Amino acid sequence: MVERQSPIEPELHPGSHGNFEHGVEIILTETRPGSILQLAAWPGEEKRLMAGIRTVTGLALPDGAGGGIADGVKAVFGFAPGKFTVVDDAEGLASAFAGVITPAIGTVTDLSHGRTAIRIAGPKAEWVLAKFFAIDFALPAFPVGAGRSTTHHDVFAQIQRTGADQFDIYVFRSFARSFWKALCHASEEVGYEVQ
Amino acid sequence: MLITCPYCGPRDVIEFTYQGDGNRQRPQPASQDLDAWNAYVYDRLNPAGDHNEIWQHSGGCRAHLRVVRNTLTHEISSSGFARGDHKAARHKLEAKS
Ligand SMILES: [Zn+2]
Repeated sequence: MVERQSPIEPELHPGSHGNFEHGVEIILTETRPGSILQLAAWPGEEKRLMAGIRTVTGLALPDGAGGGIADGVKAVFGFAPGKFTVVDDAEGLASAFAGVITPAIGTVTDLSHGRTAIRIAGPKAEWVLAKFFAIDFALPAFPVGAGRSTTHHDVFAQIQRTGADQFDIYVFRSFARSFWKALCHASEEVGYEVQ
Repeated sequence: MLITCPYCGPRDVIEFTYQGDGNRQRPQPASQDLDAWNAYVYDRLNPAGDHNEIWQHSGGCRAHLRVVRNTLTHEISSSGFARGDHKAARHKLEAKS
């Protein structure tokens, strides 16, 4: 496989930054998953698509808008009616779906090279993200595993909560460096560490 | 102004795009009925009060929505998918602690 270059690399500076004298309250990482897919079901085929996701990934999607689940290696969440983002640390997830999601069920779009995944974790993760996105990050409104599609400054972002104080953000690859820099600036006041 | 998307929940109006008057009846593409086309393009109720509108959640799930907005107060009294297929309304997901 061709080595994929990170769009963030020139601005990725491992170590502690900002106001961290009293401890680091944010950890930023680029998770670099091998596969990022979007799956879409034709109307009425949602259940079959969700069953196909379970067959391939082993992850059972909960019912309901924005429902999702992550196991540390693979992740899936709904981002629109009948549409799901599926992520795997390994490459080649699209070909695993090829025989399962038939043209009668829906479509599989491989965005592995088109999206960049950024993880923000720590006790101030909700606080920092609330500066960017006009959505409710409180745990009861945004439970672990759930996904949200929203925008920052008119640029799309998909967010999955993968822990009580951890979020994985999927942004356009071409906007990733700019978003990363903004995320670093927004984290300065609470002290952040880049890993 | 907040619009409640049936998929995403309440979101700021900045995430939405107005797609026009929801009362319009588009004639069949082959229709030669000029009055019907004229009504589709130009006739508007322009009410001072509740108004049927089509909005797209362009900065979210990208679904097209039917929205009733009060033109005097901007109050959104109802919203739902423009397409009838997706009946599943948003329900509150329980937090897994
Ligand atoms: Zn929506």
